[in-house]
Amino acid sequence: MEYLLIIISAVLINNVVLAQTLGICPFLGVSNRVQTALGMAGAVTFVIVLSTMVTYLIQVYVLDKLGLAFMQTIIFILVIAALVQMVEIILKKISQPLYQALGIYLPLITTNCAVLGVAILVIKKNYNLFEGVIYGAATAIGFGLALIILAGIREQLELADIPKGMKGVPLSLVIAGILALAFMGFSGIVK
Amino acid sequence: MNQMQNFTKGFFRENPILVLVLGTCPTLATTSSSINGMGMGIATTFVLIGSNVVISLLSDVIPDKVRIPAFVVIIASFVTVVDLLMQAYVPALYETLGIFIPLIVVNCIVLGRAEAYACKNSVFSSFIDGLGMGLGFTMALGILGAFREILGSGTLFGYKFIKGDGILVFILAPGAFMALGYLIALINRIRRT
Repeated sequence: MEYLLIIISAVLINNVVLAQTLGICPFLGVSNRVQTALGMAGAVTFVIVLSTMVTYLIQVYVLDKLGLAFMQTIIFILVIAALVQMVEIILKKISQPLYQALGIYLPLITTNCAVLGVAILVIKKNYNLFEGVIYGAATAIGFGLALIILAGIREQLELADIPKGMKGVPLSLVIAGILALAFMGFSGIVK
Repeated sequence: MNQMQNFTKGFFRENPILVLVLGTCPTLATTSSSINGMGMGIATTFVLIGSNVVISLLSDVIPDKVRIPAFVVIIASFVTVVDLLMQAYVPALYETLGIFIPLIVVNCIVLGRAEAYACKNSVFSSFIDGLGMGLGFTMALGILGAFREILGSGTLFGYKFIKGDGILVFILAPGAFMALGYLIALINRIRRT
């Protein structure tokens, strides 16, 4: 039950993009096709789950033990960057099709603030390892959900007649605003 | 390009938020009031100046292949400094900005300036570039913050001058998206004419 609450809360109520406004760059950048949005969502889920696990273990067994909690930011970003690089190399060796699908999105993920954000939030919220991983996965699903919805809407809008100044980023932001408004309707499901 | 142009490019021609649309996460999250927005802007400016100067100093020493990780470590160090300083001296603002202080590390503006400018230019030029870009960022955050604060709670810098409750949604995330969307659309319109 507790895990279900974490999942519903992270996917719908505190949606990482639409409520916490994390990970906006990829949200705006790769949301013009549903296909690419799916690829990005897959890659982000993979990296968030992995990095939450690794950063949690480092925080508990290295930083806290040695009293180096203030080094959190530096260590976490290095771990995430290294992890992304490693995932890229491993995928290239093991699964060529998966690499073809996710490969180009992987380098972009290092600067996706949702990844570092989740890693820090898991520590802040005092989750244990399992809860942290569930929370990370749910956050990533929430990110994917928002990304795919926006991509679907933007595909439809391609044929619409839009004022020149609104084309591209401004329109996406306004749509995201309306989406965020819709997602606010979910608050109240979980107390 | 002289130093004056170098300084002012961050405000209008290459404004990081309004023209280049970089660093949108802190922009949306911290501009619920203009004070919060500008606090975030100033923290980022400090990191930008520090990282620009240090990277420009070390650009001959850092091997080309590992330059991105090296830049990230330098930026993360300055972010940690800012984090600790804010925790000590402005605890209220630190509390409000919360997770977005450590997230300055992944703000694309900072790494972007390091890669595009600081590693190729002199220390002084990099300093001016960091200052200009940082203040341009701060200005954009201040404008967006003021816009949302006036609409959302009828106040500006905390002074109430519109009676009533205001439109609450502008303080929340949906209002942030819409306000930034319309602001960029407006800038696009002005730039075209």
